[in-house]
Amino acid sequence: MSINTKIVDDLVANDISFVTTVPCKQLAGVIDEIDARAGVMHVPSNKEDEGMGLCAGAWMGGKRPAIIMQNTAIGVTINTLATLIQYYRMPLPMLISYRGELREPVACQVEMAVHTKALLAQMNIPTYHFHHQSDADELDAILKYTFMCNKPVAILTDANFWGGYGDQ
Amino acid sequence: MIRSDILKDIAPILRDQLVVCNIGLPSQEMHLIDDQPTNFYMLGTMGLSSSIGFGLALAQDKKVISIDGDGSVLTNFGTLPTIANNVADNFILLIVDNGSYGSTGDQPTYAGKKTSLAAVARACGCENVVEVQAEDTGKALQDALDGDKMTIIVAKCESGNIKVPVITMDPVVIRDRFMKSVQA
Repeated sequence: MSINTKIVDDLVANDISFVTTVPCKQLAGVIDEIDARAGVMHVPSNKEDEGMGLCAGAWMGGKRPAIIMQNTAIGVTINTLATLIQYYRMPLPMLISYRGELREPVACQVEMAVHTKALLAQMNIPTYHFHHQSDADELDAILKYTFMCNKPVAILTDANFWGGYGDQ
Repeated sequence: MIRSDILKDIAPILRDQLVVCNIGLPSQEMHLIDDQPTNFYMLGTMGLSSSIGFGLALAQDKKVISIDGDGSVLTNFGTLPTIANNVADNFILLIVDNGSYGSTGDQPTYAGKKTSLAAVARACGCENVVEVQAEDTGKALQDALDGDKMTIIVAKCESGNIKVPVITMDPVVIRDRFMKSVQA
């Protein structure tokens, strides 16, 4: 089974039926897999804070949501995480492409990578870092944990997890 | 008419509907005029009223009205293409356009100058966009509710605020009673 199929199987097994995404090369296969599942509504968003608003509404409407984004979006969404998702106590799994880590070819990506975990820690957001594909074995438990505690939870997936990025 | 006059006018229409109220004075005014468990008050997060309401509309069948402001739509312009391209006929976006950032002291917005939010919404692909003067908002809203078509209403009104208390209700209480209304 491909890692993309395994990830989306776990989302579906945890009743996640509303996913918003911003595009990402590393997560493109997951996004394609989501589009292939009839039971998952996929609504692409133009910016990650907009996507979190959609997820908040979808959850209040009875659908379990998830957002797929890059770690640069942490810089965009701090206010939304604090004043909407956390303040109203809403669950939100964030499947994040962790750009700027080992095997990253683009230097500028490192500039947000070095802040990513510190910002998540400052926000008291439970954070899991997938570096090897076997780390994804915990995804099912992480999703259950997210909907148990009604918190945003970050799942950082780096280039090594995805088998490298480009020629690196 | 100013925004609070519009809200007073349309409160009887809003009463039985799921309503997402924009941050700041719009929420505080709705809370004062006609607090209902079917009202979701935004206490922070400027710009996301349309996104929250739209996500709610996509996730279930009841009608949803997002009350937004011109300043907030300008903050989250990306919302309009998303709404246009994922049509939910149970969704109404009511933009109260007073041409100013009311909650922060009535600084002018670009919507009060050259920028037409109705034209922007149409350019983004929204098919059912109506612009009305403040006093016609209630009729436009009722027509939209009766029409079963996703509608963007831009209600033009004057800038100005009434004195209202802040909302002290706990956010989890607001959210919990709102979710119970959604499920009812």
